[in-house]
Amino acid sequence: MTVHSQGAVTSAPQDAPPKSAGRPQTPAPATGASHTPPRGGRKSLPSGWLPYLLVAPAVLALATLLLYPLIKNVILSLQDINKVEFIQRKYPFAGLDNYTELLGDSAFWTVVVRSFAFTLANVALIMVLGSLIGILLNKLGTKMRLVLSMALVMAWAMPIVASVQVFRWLFDEQFGVMNWVMRTAGFSGYEQHNWMETGLSTMVIVTILVVWGSIPFVALNMYAGLTTVGAELYEAARMDGANGWQTFWKIVFPNLKPFFLITTFLEVIWVFKAFTQVYAMNKGGPDRASEILPVFAYVEGQSQAHYGLAAAISVLTIVILVIVMSFYFRLILKQEEEQ
Amino acid sequence: MSTSTTTAPKPAAPEGPAQQLRTRRPVRPGAVAKNLGALLLALVFVFPVYWMFSSALKPADQMLTKDPVFVFTPTLDNFGKATGVENFWTYVTNSVLVTVGAVVLALLVALAASFAIARMRFKGRKGLVLTVMMAQMAPWEVMVIAMYMIARDGELLNSLPLLTAIYFVMILPFTIWTLRGFIAAVPVTLEEAAQIDGCTRGQAFRKVIFPLLAPGLMSTSLFGFITAWNEFAMVLILNKDKTAQTLPLWLTEFMSAFGNDWGATMAASSLFAVPVLLIFIFLQRKAVGGMTAGAVKG
Repeated sequence: MTVHSQGAVTSAPQDAPPKSAGRPQTPAPATGASHTPPRGGRKSLPSGWLPYLLVAPAVLALATLLLYPLIKNVILSLQDINKVEFIQRKYPFAGLDNYTELLGDSAFWTVVVRSFAFTLANVALIMVLGSLIGILLNKLGTKMRLVLSMALVMAWAMPIVASVQVFRWLFDEQFGVMNWVMRTAGFSGYEQHNWMETGLSTMVIVTILVVWGSIPFVALNMYAGLTTVGAELYEAARMDGANGWQTFWKIVFPNLKPFFLITTFLEVIWVFKAFTQVYAMNKGGPDRASEILPVFAYVEGQSQAHYGLAAAISVLTIVILVIVMSFYFRLILKQEEEQ
Repeated sequence: MSTSTTTAPKPAAPEGPAQQLRTRRPVRPGAVAKNLGALLLALVFVFPVYWMFSSALKPADQMLTKDPVFVFTPTLDNFGKATGVENFWTYVTNSVLVTVGAVVLALLVALAASFAIARMRFKGRKGLVLTVMMAQMAPWEVMVIAMYMIARDGELLNSLPLLTAIYFVMILPFTIWTLRGFIAAVPVTLEEAAQIDGCTRGQAFRKVIFPLLAPGLMSTSLFGFITAWNEFAMVLILNKDKTAQTLPLWLTEFMSAFGNDWGATMAASSLFAVPVLLIFIFLQRKAVGGMTAGAVKG
């Protein structure tokens, strides 16, 4: 958007850079440059088709590898494809059968409720703890801040699949550190405690993993945001006799509202789609009791060979995501209007 | 924790280094609590990473003990086991090819598109900006079944080029979005000045604009690298053939092949994580440096 205002002021040279930009990789753009007059080429031919040419590869890629699969997903969800149909490559139209089957199945609703609870718990923990750690970072001395932020960066950088393996090892039934920690802390029953015994405790471990891995993003961004809130604002608040809590609600929160909005929204999307953490941890088990929507769709599709049904699950998941997204966009729009 | 925070400052005051303390501000219990809390938090966040590396270096006989061993003579045995797996180098090669391919492709395509978006006005520009924004939130993990059917019908299962193409589109929106910002931050007058000094437009771009984009190119490509390097859902469903798989699958399937060999698994995890950890630490400094430089100039 800043581009626009900048371009409006200097409208004449605005066309100059794009021509060179068109060939960032090819070494000889000289012909294009000499054809058009150096200034005021606004209506000349290249600026007519050049932007489209530049944009075309990106649009084409998004259309074939993102839009097409999305459409295909919807089509699949309306077809009856199981093992036999899959092998014969005959996909009979099934109308809304997959959807009615899903919506009437209590197992589906269990997964939906679990997905929501999982997302809610994770995002709440991530946002609250992440913000608190961000505030702490802002209040630390230089050295301690470096120590804590380096630790955060390490956790942030851990590849998900690697951290899943590490957490499985930490929570190992026989030789895991966590059982040792619990025993050392004086709890009984942790001789050979199986942390993956139930779906709920598996979800708790996934939650610890996700929260551990996601807090750094929120905390470090919160800290960066806090440094942009001017010191004089805090000063003024203190002179007016505000306590810490009031300072937060009156000064910090309004200033960082966009930050909270964007981060919460991003975390909701990320956690809701958290396939790798859940699947790599215990494949949605035991007994399918830790499946969230993306894992449910995968297991239905791949292990059970119910491809049409799996597509319907993913369409419903996308619908939920779109609802969340539209909620977010409305918030953004409302906020723009207020300003 | 609370007991230590209240008692800690007391013995410090009457003791020796009072001079030093008095010249600074007095140590308040709150400050000690803050620092202790921060230290504890740092330990919590680092511990899994530390435990991964230390388990990877632990001799086998000190690995499977009821009480964990913290002091030991490190060994590289586990790394030998991890890399000795059949096809290990195929996994590595596949991962590198797919990741680098996707990132380079994304940079080339995004550079062109973001230039158009940042510097030109054309019909449909706003729609494109909106599309790119939405595409950043694409539900890739959810679309695996559709992808599988498409790949299967197109005889493209176990195809590394398809995987590369998918990763390329996964990281494309973010790359466009970020580069657009970096290009917009370069003043148009800089290009003009170079042209007045006798540069052609191509030269002006190469000599003036491109160097200024370096931090942007760096941070976007590293972000793309991390995304593609870590991707799990797509390769899990599309490439069942071991010769067409990447490192994330090698890692998760390590367990089934090696039973409960946690030492080897942690060595494998370490090998997988090290490039990302290094890149991330590097990225943090570069990206932050680049942004502050831009802010000062802007």
